[in-house]
Amino acid sequence: MKRFDAIKDIMGYIKEEIVVCNIGFPSRELYQIKDRAKNFYMLGSMGLASSIGLGLAISKDNSNNNKDNINNINNLNSDKVDSNKGNEKIIVFDGDGSVLMNMGSLVTIFNQNPKNFILIVFDNGCYGSTGNQCTYAQNIDLLEIAKSIGFENCYNYVEINFEDILNKKQENSIFIHCKILPGNADSPIIDLNPDEIKNRFLKAIK
Amino acid sequence: MDSSEAVYKGLKSAGIDFIVSVPCVNLGKILEIIDEDKEIIHVPVTREEEGIGICAGAYFGGKKTAILMQNSGLGNCVNALGSLYQLYSLPLVMIMSHRGTEGEPIVGQVPMGKDTPKVLDAMDLKYFNPKNSDNAKEIISNSWETSIKEKVPISILLDINYW
Repeated sequence: MKRFDAIKDIMGYIKEEIVVCNIGFPSRELYQIKDRAKNFYMLGSMGLASSIGLGLAISKDNSNNNKDNINNINNLNSDKVDSNKGNEKIIVFDGDGSVLMNMGSLVTIFNQNPKNFILIVFDNGCYGSTGNQCTYAQNIDLLEIAKSIGFENCYNYVEINFEDILNKKQENSIFIHCKILPGNADSPIIDLNPDEIKNRFLKAIK
Repeated sequence: MDSSEAVYKGLKSAGIDFIVSVPCVNLGKILEIIDEDKEIIHVPVTREEEGIGICAGAYFGGKKTAILMQNSGLGNCVNALGSLYQLYSLPLVMIMSHRGTEGEPIVGQVPMGKDTPKVLDAMDLKYFNPKNSDNAKEIISNSWETSIKEKVPISILLDINYW
């Protein structure tokens, strides 16, 4: 399975969730597969998709604040996620090269641990958008790294039912390692300008 | 007014409710005050660039954001300031302890201390150099609004002599 098929598979389950997507071909492929206002296409700042997603997740994580609000009371009898507006989960599509560039982010995510955050790392062992040069991720196991940091909920994508995980109420931030084959789809350049991407995103997630 | 308290009061008056930080000895007291403030979410980060990525997301989530860091951290943020903040016209308040300025005892701080204003100039990013507490409080109080209006990050450089 290449990245395109993995993104297509995952987007088949995404409903109200917010998606923050990595620079380059991942964003182009997502745009082609399922463009939506709730996708944030990160056109620059390689490495920061997980950080942008984390900031969004912390600021929207109701379980994190001191005001024990009505949402929490309503959720007591339910194992299901309340996906009402404002309570959507934040899903980040990241890559192995980008994770290597900002590895401290994994440590910060673990420590902050927002319960509405899922980091999916597509790992093809190469810098896919720049000509498939090898990354060091080929010689290490990013899932084991996440485990050793302390992530209690970290999974190999092929071993899980993603839909179940997506729809369950989370106790922790989730790390998902998705091993894929190298290769980009023939996806066009995104024909939205940065302001358009931002403005429709802000409106959709408000 | 105490120099650290002036920065805190400025941030409060600006409505800042989400702060990321990488510490500097000169920011220690402000970080302690912020940790006591339940209205402010404080996220210590591993690297400044990571921090401003987190701030971008928090802004999308409705927060008013600031980073507290040493000016050395500006060097770690340059690409993200360009290809995230300028690209998407995002606001941010950057409070920097400006090391390597007059009175700096540590030689390693001097080169980046000299380069800091030039880096900001090169990126067309506006910055302020308050020299006393009253001045700092006033400038920081207006910083978020200025950042929103001008659609760029606003920096406040606090020299060694400020403290």
